[in-house]
Amino acid sequence: MRIGVFICHCGKNIAGVIDIKRLTNSVAELEEVYYATDYVYLCSEPGQKAIQDQIKELGLTHIVVAACSPKMHATTFAQALEDAGVNAYLLEIANIREQCSWVHPHEPEEATDKAFELIKAGVAKVGQAVPLQPLSVPLNRKVLVVGGGIAGIQAALDIANGGFDVYLVERTPSLGGHMAQLSETFPTLDCSSCILTPRMVEAAKHPKIHLYTYSEVKEVQGVVGQYKVKIEQKPRYVDPVKCTGCGDCTEVCPVIVPNEFEQNLGGRKAIYVPFSQAVPLKYTIDLENCLNTRKLVVCDQCYRACGPKAINYLMEPKEEEIEVGAIVVATGYDLMPVEDLKEYGGGLYPDVVSGLEFERLVTASGPTSGVVRRPSDGKIPKRIVFIQCAGSRDPEHGCAYCSKICCMYTAKHAFMFKHAVPDGEVFVFYIDVRAAGKGYEEFVQRVMEEERIAYLRGKVSKVFQRDDKLIVWGSDTLTGMAVEIEADMVVLAPAVVPSKGAKELAKLFKTPVNEYGFLDEVHPKLRPVESSAMGVYLAGAAQAPKDIPDSVSQASAAASKVLGLFSQEELALEPIKAEVNLDNCDGCALCVGVCPYGAISLVQDEPDGPRHIQVHKALCQGCGVCMATCPKEGVNVAGFTLAQLREQLRAMLK
Amino acid sequence: MEIAYFPGCTLKTTAKSFETSALAIAESLGLKIKELPEWTCCGTVYSLAEDDLMKQLGPIRTLARAEGLGYSTLTTLCSMCYNTLVQAKQFVAKDSDRLQKINTFMEEESDYTGTVEIKHFLTLLMELGLDRIKEAVQNDLAGRKIACYYGCLLLRPQSASIDDCEQPQILEQLMQALGAEPVFFPYQVECCGSYLTAVKPDIVARRAYRILENARENGAEAVITSCPLCSFNLKERQKNIKAIYSGFKDIPVYYFTEIMSEALGITKTVENS
Repeated sequence: MRIGVFICHCGKNIAGVIDIKRLTNSVAELEEVYYATDYVYLCSEPGQKAIQDQIKELGLTHIVVAACSPKMHATTFAQALEDAGVNAYLLEIANIREQCSWVHPHEPEEATDKAFELIKAGVAKVGQAVPLQPLSVPLNRKVLVVGGGIAGIQAALDIANGGFDVYLVERTPSLGGHMAQLSETFPTLDCSSCILTPRMVEAAKHPKIHLYTYSEVKEVQGVVGQYKVKIEQKPRYVDPVKCTGCGDCTEVCPVIVPNEFEQNLGGRKAIYVPFSQAVPLKYTIDLENCLNTRKLVVCDQCYRACGPKAINYLMEPKEEEIEVGAIVVATGYDLMPVEDLKEYGGGLYPDVVSGLEFERLVTASGPTSGVVRRPSDGKIPKRIVFIQCAGSRDPEHGCAYCSKICCMYTAKHAFMFKHAVPDGEVFVFYIDVRAAGKGYEEFVQRVMEEERIAYLRGKVSKVFQRDDKLIVWGSDTLTGMAVEIEADMVVLAPAVVPSKGAKELAKLFKTPVNEYGFLDEVHPKLRPVESSAMGVYLAGAAQAPKDIPDSVSQASAAASKVLGLFSQEELALEPIKAEVNLDNCDGCALCVGVCPYGAISLVQDEPDGPRHIQVHKALCQGCGVCMATCPKEGVNVAGFTLAQLREQLRAMLK
Repeated sequence: MEIAYFPGCTLKTTAKSFETSALAIAESLGLKIKELPEWTCCGTVYSLAEDDLMKQLGPIRTLARAEGLGYSTLTTLCSMCYNTLVQAKQFVAKDSDRLQKINTFMEEESDYTGTVEIKHFLTLLMELGLDRIKEAVQNDLAGRKIACYYGCLLLRPQSASIDDCEQPQILEQLMQALGAEPVFFPYQVECCGSYLTAVKPDIVARRAYRILENARENGAEAVITSCPLCSFNLKERQKNIKAIYSGFKDIPVYYFTEIMSEALGITKTVENS
């Protein structure tokens, strides 16, 4: 064994604090070390070459690199080793930057001593290392896309066009998501439905896309390359094969309930399609509101009206198991309920509405046919106050973040209102106008100047009713004045929050979420569409508030990651997996229960023979819980064996 | 279980009627509350400076003493005392180093460990239950239209709030239980002007005018509060209001306990004592 140690200066990042010369000399004196040297930037091309040259020249067999975090460059150096003929797992990184020079900038002496300890520990560990080979597992080249909004549709289309099968699962009866509810889109003002519905139809008709609407993911098992997913199709009580979408059933249905798609501003029947361009155009009976129950049929009007006899009151939920190799999560967003915004009278006064409600009120296909009417008395409002950052950027409401889309849609709403009601007056309260996007700032400026919209920089403290007017108290911080505005209607831009149930779903996929419940990416800058659960990708507002262009871009990026994964025939996995030591394992099964991935099972080689554990390598994530639990050293994680860790600790404590 | 009662300065001086009525209510409803011996200043206005530990000594000493006497709950009537004590408790709860520093500094006191819970008298009443209170009503306040004014200290910051900080209901619920008719008025949580009353009484008078007029506009015949400072500003500054707005007519301002003791039929006892 010939261990070589390479110490990186990282410019001044390490060398600015640590005495490299002293460090290199003391490392070189270690008995186990065959060769030690330093270099200004080891990760650079010449730096890597220096390592490779010494491997060849001196016949080094094991390498310790003392540099930055292994998260940064472990793969870089591992590759360099492989290219020089040394197994990548005979490399150990001693992190003397993040865990040493950066945190001890004012104690150079002690930092140098600590760096020495870290390297000593690395040398001890690598001395126990054995060569490992990547595992190869079968790869199922089908994908599950969760969420049928624009992000999910885009990801599904991109992957399907790449030639792979896609299961697209949507919770509601139709594709479309929130984008289907929008009137026009900023900053170009093209009609949302007009650009969305062709995509919905394309997705539904695509031979490679298998559509599951009114369905939910119930269970997810397995890992990248081989997931087993249970999907529950909720009963529509209408046979989707027979239903022609004619609408005869809706006409005769006697039950009218608020329509969620219209943000409850309009009505629908108990048998319904959420909106007329719904895809698939198949009717659904909402049994909660239907006069019938699962046990009792008291009204059969729709059944009698239905020509193709598609109504089936006895339909049951259907569960189906599919197998996929990757998952795209595009579960979207909700708005903070206006009822949570009590200071603005949300939930208290009907004329205090959310941006999404206003969206329905200005849409030609909306409940008021595009005439802006306020919910309380149906009058056309003459003076509207828009309140941005309603809940956003407000830790008191639990949302310290910026919701990103509100500045733009509020400007759009102001524009549309002024065009619908030319003698109307609009006031917009804002903290800052954040219009970062192509053509965005120009659009806001145009709205402010050409449409003569009054933008007031400040927050609103209170909204309350006086007679049939809403009184808005706010501050205009530019003039330093308190303002009181008598308005006919108030439109809030509530905080964008993760969609209902997204957190529970994230648990199924074993993807972490941040403190607000948005899905977390592996790296915020360099790996923005990958989840830390390998094989799970993120798209759209489920990850963070996003507008349409950003959601679509991210969806395509997630799709390209899936296509990249699927370009392999088999999947190479890290060999850092639990391994049973048959000499020590007595089949006590303590580790079986603690394994968070269900990767360990108990087996018997012969019917009456001794029992021992077996590790499912593809499921194992190498976390080491089993190793820590086992009292008999019967299981070890390759690359991090007890022997390695023991030596590492011993060296550090010596 | 006995509850420690921390009066604070105003309850013994300008807000004496608040204390007597509250204690009488507590007695008649069977709430065992006992004044803390040798109490000192609550600390008054809670200091927002993160490093100003000296300002935390007052409230922490109060809590340490209550804890030392074996109390698990401490109640206050004054909103400001309530707020200062709660915020001080939260301040040291999130930083044990600071608590240790304060404990070390006050070495003659027993150490505060953070166990005493601070409950405003209103919260105690709510925990007793509105039904209990309804049963105890002797003189139904039917037809009395009352504006419940909260001010800020019972509700802000949100972490110290005894109710929803934007649309509180606790006083309204209590008034309803007494048979009165609480009126909704939007100025219920507006600032009364606070200590500006000492240096700029005119500003306070203008604020008080808006609050009281808003209550009247919404049909109120009286305003209730739980804060001695709010009470002073809304009640005593009515003289100043008249100097500015000549048409202003007096509107009575009570502590909620005064109205309540009337409803429970103990007002006379209070006056006699």
